[in-house]
Amino acid sequence: MTETAVTAGAPFTAERRRARHRAAWRRRRLVLMLMSPWIVGFCVFFGYPLVMSVYLSFTHYDLLSSPKWIGWANYKYLFTEDPQVGPAVRNTLWLILIMVPLQVLFAFGVATMVARAKRGVGFFRTVFYLPALAPPVAATMAFVYLLNPATGPVNVILGHLGVNGPLWFQSPQWSKPSLTLLSIWGVGNLMIIFLAAILDAPQQLYESAELDGAGPIQRMRWVTLPTISPVILFSVVISVIAAMQYFTQAYVAANIASGQASQAGDQTVNNLGYPEGSTLFYPVLLYQHGFRFFNMGYASALSVLLLIVAFTVTVLIIRNSRRWVHYAGAVK
Amino acid sequence: MSTASVPIAAGTLVRRKPPWAVRRRRFLVAVADHSLLIVVAIIFLTPFAFIVLTSLMTNEQALSSHLWPSPFRWHNYVDVFREAPIWRWAINTFLYSVLATLGVLCSSIPVAYALSRIRWRGRDLAFATVLIALMLPPVVSVVPLYVMWAKLHLVGNLGPLIIPNWFGDAFSIFLLRQFFLTIPEEYLDAARVDGCGELRILATVVLRLAKPAIAAVALFSFLYTFNDFFLPLLYLRENPSHWVLQIGLSEFRSLHQVQWNLTMAATLLVMAPVIILFFLAQKAFVEGVTLTGVKG
Repeated sequence: MTETAVTAGAPFTAERRRARHRAAWRRRRLVLMLMSPWIVGFCVFFGYPLVMSVYLSFTHYDLLSSPKWIGWANYKYLFTEDPQVGPAVRNTLWLILIMVPLQVLFAFGVATMVARAKRGVGFFRTVFYLPALAPPVAATMAFVYLLNPATGPVNVILGHLGVNGPLWFQSPQWSKPSLTLLSIWGVGNLMIIFLAAILDAPQQLYESAELDGAGPIQRMRWVTLPTISPVILFSVVISVIAAMQYFTQAYVAANIASGQASQAGDQTVNNLGYPEGSTLFYPVLLYQHGFRFFNMGYASALSVLLLIVAFTVTVLIIRNSRRWVHYAGAVK
Repeated sequence: MSTASVPIAAGTLVRRKPPWAVRRRRFLVAVADHSLLIVVAIIFLTPFAFIVLTSLMTNEQALSSHLWPSPFRWHNYVDVFREAPIWRWAINTFLYSVLATLGVLCSSIPVAYALSRIRWRGRDLAFATVLIALMLPPVVSVVPLYVMWAKLHLVGNLGPLIIPNWFGDAFSIFLLRQFFLTIPEEYLDAARVDGCGELRILATVVLRLAKPAIAAVALFSFLYTFNDFFLPLLYLRENPSHWVLQIGLSEFRSLHQVQWNLTMAATLLVMAPVIILFFLAQKAFVEGVTLTGVKG
């Protein structure tokens, strides 16, 4: 088609150019139309809040009167005076350093076992995925009941076995391990991703490794782990980001467990972080300042800090991963 | 790979049965493998069992150390509906879920198409904005958005939860784009030669070929909104007539003191729709989750 146009000669080029121009313009309009939801969405629900967060973090703002510029005061309070920030950061670090590795290890272990199973892969996959589907609120309420210290089924069974069960959600030492149990129960998404990656690993690699005399552990170390390393990286990154935003389970567990302790549905009591602030994670702190005290300026400062930390951590993990993640076919 | 080569090998070489000792060892290893799996699987299922059992107990029994209900009190499931406006919560939840999911599909599919199958200047930059939006935690934008909705006097109803979904969801755009990229160019070219415009191609060819990805996005969006607690807590907490199931459930116990049996019945009722949906659409679920991991 283009060839005939070219041989047609000079008189047609101007018209052709105009036609092409029109087509390009139509194309641009089409792209703009298709992209418009995202352009608006990105600006209104992403760009605007980001800029506003930074602005509000330098103000005192309670929603009633207009924001008042106070310079670095929010940040100064955050870093030097607020007695809750330290524990909240420590609690969140606990999640990142203990809960996330346990989740990933457990998901990987179960996926490996299911992949090795000769029969019932579908059945086991369903069983391990099902809890991940349970709404977090419902799952948390169920666990607070199951781990109820006096009459909960878990401690009753432990009692029959002669073990004195801990106080679980009622004790500052055991509240985070209880939440970890809950999160391991709901690890099905990671497990399915791992399982798919393991089953996807090229079979001939295992065969040649076996011919070279590699045992099961060596096969795991030199075949399975390298082939699924991109998936491990992916799950570590999303789990860490999720841990930094851990809110619902902590909120509901503290709410229900504390209600159980006082036996009175007193709504005015601030039970965030119950017991003794042990479940006061960073997002819970943010929620408390923003939506209980309506300290929008200070909550913005907290969210800006979270943004910076989350971004840095993600970049660090991805950068460090170049050493251990193996991309099939990539020339490195 | 290996399965493809088996028939050829079987034709020329009859496989010798392994000796009895080897077979016995293999069987024992398989049993050992499976038994550990079975034990872990049972542990994973027990919480469900206890929820069901407790939901059938009397209140006194639920507060005792008995694990088996006697008598079975099926009437709890009638009482739950009498004690709390579960139907209203359910209607609000479905309004939220369905309208948000529709919004995600209507807005994300065209964007994903423009980002994958049409060539234009600035496309990479636009895709980078999706990736950035995907990486940054949503908690960060919560305060200014709350201020914005408060100024629009929309706090207290479902608007702030539903409206953002009509302007593209980064995760869905990403997932759909990755899938659209795998559609062979020949299909689209064939349609173009037949005189289809890009919109018709999107509406006919791409939508039909990308069904698994679209199903996955719809499922995830539905699940996410059905399970969502944080946004409803922010925007609906003060207005019980707009509560969704998750808020209602979390307040259920404070509304009704310590009735663990009814609480567990309500918990089970809230879990049920998702679990039923899973069994109806199991394949789409598993494919969808796998899609997020492998393509991510």
